[in-house]
Amino acid sequence: MGATDQSVALRNQVLGALEAGTALKICGGESKHFLGRTTDGQALSVAEHRGIVDYDPRELVLTARAGTRLAELEETLAQAGQMLAFEPPHFGERATLGGTLACGLSGPRRPYRGAARDAVLGCRLINGHGEVLRFGGQVMKNVAGYDVSRLMVGAYGTLGLLLEISVRVWPRPTHSLTLVRECGPSEAIERMCGLSVQPLPVDGACFHEGHCYVRVSGAKTAVQDAHRRLDGEVLHDGGAFWEALREHRLPFFAGHEPLYRIVVKPHTPPLAIAGDWLLDWGGAQRWLASTVPVAAIRHCVSQVGGHVTRWRADGSEADVFEPLTPALARIHRRLKDCFDPRHVFNPGRTYPGL
Amino acid sequence: MPNALKPHPEPTPAQRKLLKALARLLPPACLLTDPEDLRPFECDGLSVYRRLPLAVVLPETVEQVQAIMRLAHRMRVPVVARGAGTGLSGGALPAADGILLSLAKFTRILRIDPPNALASVEPGVRNVAISEAAAAHGLYYAPDPSSQIACTIGGNVAENAGGAHCLKYGLTVHNVLGLKVVTGEGELVSIGAGTLDSPGYDLLALMAGSEGMLAVIVEVTVRLLPKPERAQVALAAFDDIAKAGEAVGALIAGGMVPAALEMMDTLAVQAAEDFVRAGYPKDAAAILLCEVDGGNAEVSHAIMAVREVLLRSGASRVRTAVDEAERQLFWKGRKSAFPAVGRIAPDYYCMDGTIPRRELPRVLREISALSARYGLPVANVFHAGDGNLHPLILFDANKPGELARCEALGREILALCVAAGGTITGEHGVGMEKIDSMCIQFQSGELRQFHAVKAAFDPAGLLNPGKAVPTLHRCAEFGAMHVHRGELPHPELDRF
Repeated sequence: MGATDQSVALRNQVLGALEAGTALKICGGESKHFLGRTTDGQALSVAEHRGIVDYDPRELVLTARAGTRLAELEETLAQAGQMLAFEPPHFGERATLGGTLACGLSGPRRPYRGAARDAVLGCRLINGHGEVLRFGGQVMKNVAGYDVSRLMVGAYGTLGLLLEISVRVWPRPTHSLTLVRECGPSEAIERMCGLSVQPLPVDGACFHEGHCYVRVSGAKTAVQDAHRRLDGEVLHDGGAFWEALREHRLPFFAGHEPLYRIVVKPHTPPLAIAGDWLLDWGGAQRWLASTVPVAAIRHCVSQVGGHVTRWRADGSEADVFEPLTPALARIHRRLKDCFDPRHVFNPGRTYPGL
Repeated sequence: MPNALKPHPEPTPAQRKLLKALARLLPPACLLTDPEDLRPFECDGLSVYRRLPLAVVLPETVEQVQAIMRLAHRMRVPVVARGAGTGLSGGALPAADGILLSLAKFTRILRIDPPNALASVEPGVRNVAISEAAAAHGLYYAPDPSSQIACTIGGNVAENAGGAHCLKYGLTVHNVLGLKVVTGEGELVSIGAGTLDSPGYDLLALMAGSEGMLAVIVEVTVRLLPKPERAQVALAAFDDIAKAGEAVGALIAGGMVPAALEMMDTLAVQAAEDFVRAGYPKDAAAILLCEVDGGNAEVSHAIMAVREVLLRSGASRVRTAVDEAERQLFWKGRKSAFPAVGRIAPDYYCMDGTIPRRELPRVLREISALSARYGLPVANVFHAGDGNLHPLILFDANKPGELARCEALGREILALCVAAGGTITGEHGVGMEKIDSMCIQFQSGELRQFHAVKAAFDPAGLLNPGKAVPTLHRCAEFGAMHVHRGELPHPELDRF
């Protein structure tokens, strides 16, 4: 796929929208449009602004334009024996790097090798004044100025239009093994939390339909050693399982009931909310398919210090993301105003007024 | 360089009113106003910048911090927060006529939560104390700045502190999962809750490295990691520093993520060896220390692979530590490098640039040329794994003009790092020290955006004012002195 630099055209569109007083709805590969609240702006497509700008495997850093397809980028990395450590969900073959980071989603490896935001080292963006700005850089350690690059991750495009992002990449483990054991949810939580406080190369742990799945990855000796220490049956084609989990292609995700993403501390006991549960991230990210009203779910989860995202629409007008405390909401509004004073970028995509 | 050690003038009526109000908020032992008592707070680890605050407050409760902030906000008085004062960029330099807010009394470890691998602590807890408290559970806190026995976690968050193990385990920002902060208006705000993510914008990322400009940290929740079963280190000698640089690239390209990968040049090696007898080869042009950690079998395997790559990259000799004592000794040499260099010159000035690793040989050559031009020796200590350079400029502050020459050399080294695609500071922060160099790294648009971010948290601009982000006017003045490749920086500004 040809690389093209559309930054001038994109900036002109932003300037045009600012002049006309219209809002923009940022689109990458449109693979994650189902997430968040709806925003009615004029579509601004970043999909043609693509291409890997710089990649030197010895630096463990890759810089690419926001519209670069995730699949293309991961293939390039794989050829050099590297990967994005946060194992991003794609949710469609057209998924882009910019959209992935704007949504801030991370896959099963997140608790063990860091989140999407942890991988970001720098970015170029257009702010709501139509200025092209560069933050961070291509180096691991950089404390000059506020960490605006990581602030963009999970902001759903409401603070600016990402043009180019530098991410830190990791060597791809040469060996990987998945062990499965039958157990109940409480036992699975104990097991998964017990694993993350032992020096084992665990990089995935999930509970699904009465089974606890544990993935260990690394050098051959490390994986063999872990296999000796852990019980459970070897799952053949473990890679396919983790991919199906990451991409929400397991039958669990196929239902039509409202789906919730619940984030709690991993050792939180099973929550007493009726519905089907799937636990990922070693117990820290839990998926719930349930018809229980969202207010009741939020109440229950807030009691254990967690937060709830309405993942799959149920037609209600409730907040998609966990409501913010008044103090945090005030800081959020001020931040939105300081990056995007005319509210041109994805207004309301995360919260009303942002 | 501001060295405002003037005797403190009589307080103005407004200042007297402020001191009285502070005395009402705090027990007598928590408020210092006598110049002799203020003296220990006049500087942080970068002692060339000194300034006395109007008062030092040492609150004991979050409510007291809030009351102090509300008072300061009402009276429009600047507040500078301070941890252990080990910072190396003047970030905790007091504001003239301001309040210096010490978090030294916030020393409680609130919770160690082994099943969730979390620790919640007050900001004045020392970095190493967290690992000590977690050790009983086989856990530790990974970021380990070399000042870890003294520096505190609140300061670590404010500076986004690093250390030798960042390549594998990340910086402070990667290891903090929750903060409680007090805003400039005195409001207590919780950011993150110990969960792996939180709703809304990633304010934890913004707070990490914000140098006390956005809010005052009063509680920190960090992630703990299982202690690796074993660590092993290889010491490699090179007769050419460029070969050492290439070996670093070869290790990474070979799919290894060392727990630590450190480089030292001849001057640093000799100083360290003379100081602690670590067993370093004094005739080497450079040495590399490469540590791997993990399970027993994994480490045995990895250290052999490391050895092979080092030899293939042209190392003249590779030794692995024969036992844990020797491993500690190899590290003692590296950790003593700064004081060791301190023994061979009256003063030294530590720089903190980061560059892409591939630029290492060229940048080191240019630093060497600059060193010759300025007539000041430079010893290089380098977190090679993550590209973070610590050139130590040797000088004598008692020789007239030498400090100024040293600072000018330092700025040139930072400009070199920026030109190589790097940054002016990897882990020490901008503070007061590198504020002019920010004008080289950023354009006006970015600087304006930084000021706007600060204003979003601290609209009155009272938290650590004048640090970390230069005003556009300051950059215009600085630009008049520093014209890079004939390009006038910040050309849109009026000159004066």
